[in-house]
Amino acid sequence: MSMQSQSAWETLGPFMDHALIREGDDDLTRFTPDAPQAEGQVIEITGRILYEGGTPQREGLVELWQADSKGIYNHGEDPRAGEADRNFFGFGRTLTSPEGAFRFLTVKPGPVPGAGNTWQAPHINVSIMAQGLMKRLVTRIYFADEPENASDPLLNSIPEPDVRATLMARPMGGNPPRYHIDIVTRGEGETAFFVD
Amino acid sequence: MITQDAYPPHPEQDQSPYYTELYRSSMVRAPKRQLYALPRTLTELTGPAFGHNALGEGENDLWEMAPGRRAQGSPINLHGRILDGSGRPIANTLVEIWQANAGGRYTHAQDTRDVPRDPNFNGYGRAVTDSQGRYFFRTIIPGAYPVPNTGNWWRPPHIHFSLYGNSFMQRLITQMYFPGDPLNELDRILCSIPSPKARDRLVARRAPEAGELEYILGYEFDIVLRGRDETPMVD
Repeated sequence: MSMQSQSAWETLGPFMDHALIREGDDDLTRFTPDAPQAEGQVIEITGRILYEGGTPQREGLVELWQADSKGIYNHGEDPRAGEADRNFFGFGRTLTSPEGAFRFLTVKPGPVPGAGNTWQAPHINVSIMAQGLMKRLVTRIYFADEPENASDPLLNSIPEPDVRATLMARPMGGNPPRYHIDIVTRGEGETAFFVD
Repeated sequence: MITQDAYPPHPEQDQSPYYTELYRSSMVRAPKRQLYALPRTLTELTGPAFGHNALGEGENDLWEMAPGRRAQGSPINLHGRILDGSGRPIANTLVEIWQANAGGRYTHAQDTRDVPRDPNFNGYGRAVTDSQGRYFFRTIIPGAYPVPNTGNWWRPPHIHFSLYGNSFMQRLITQMYFPGDPLNELDRILCSIPSPKARDRLVARRAPEAGELEYILGYEFDIVLRGRDETPMVD
């Protein structure tokens, strides 16, 4: 069936922090500060958004979408949704600092099925929007210390090892365990992005 | 059933390219490397559901932020439907907007133009669509503003929209323009969308039937989100 295509994306523009970001939007472990904590291993994810020349992207909108600690989405499309962690929203958003930095608190996502009988390695879908990006950039965060990365279908669809490496968040230690990843939109060290 | 055909890619002429010489900021941010295909797994087919409990009272009224505190400028009733490509309504979905004040100034520390701030205007709001996919805002017509260091490029009056839809693939941020504004056809951001029909779809319709009280104008603006199982028509 053919019909209208989606209304066009337009750039985020410069002046939107109050509009889209509320307190606690960067903490995926609880719906509200006094709500029960989600199940699973709490982790911190830090990083920077950089553009050409390694220039920090300030006030970039970074959004995460991920499964709960068992790899389940609380959504009608997931056949296991009945077992989803009701205290986990799965979504977070934040704006980058003047240094281009972002930070989230979340739980390590569990494995999510892939196409056919495959399983995906733990991953987080990322949307990046900013003034000067005409539409969102889509990428994924994987965890460098996960052995299942070797059999992840999407990672295996990227032939170049150095490009695959751009999707890896590095374990930095700490309590809660912290992972760090820089996302480069253009130029040297450019991150792998996906067709929206 | 999960199919790799779900959410077919956007037709190219209906979206701006990442890299456009019309807008210099894009030239240092657009990826150089070709983009990889994104599979359609549960991560792509699911998404956050905000629902009505995300809203406080009056969050869809940007004109009157509190009793007796009304923004300057021309008040408007802005309504429309969020639909997918087949015309099916997207119910219970979050719509967020933000915009400049009547003088063209944003309520943001970085907007330092020499234009008055309006103490009775915050410039952002939220609504959730009803079972027909319909949203409603009351706001004011924003002013135009010049983009610094571009040699007399003025952004036309516009309202920013953010939508989540039902899945990660339906996410959309866009801008709404006003019909007949002479700055629309000169706007570099709007003009970076190749297809004239796709540009026209970002322009609201005057809706006299939605006006009220002799001084509140009505406008209608529908937004089409991506359909899961649809092949978009190529105009």
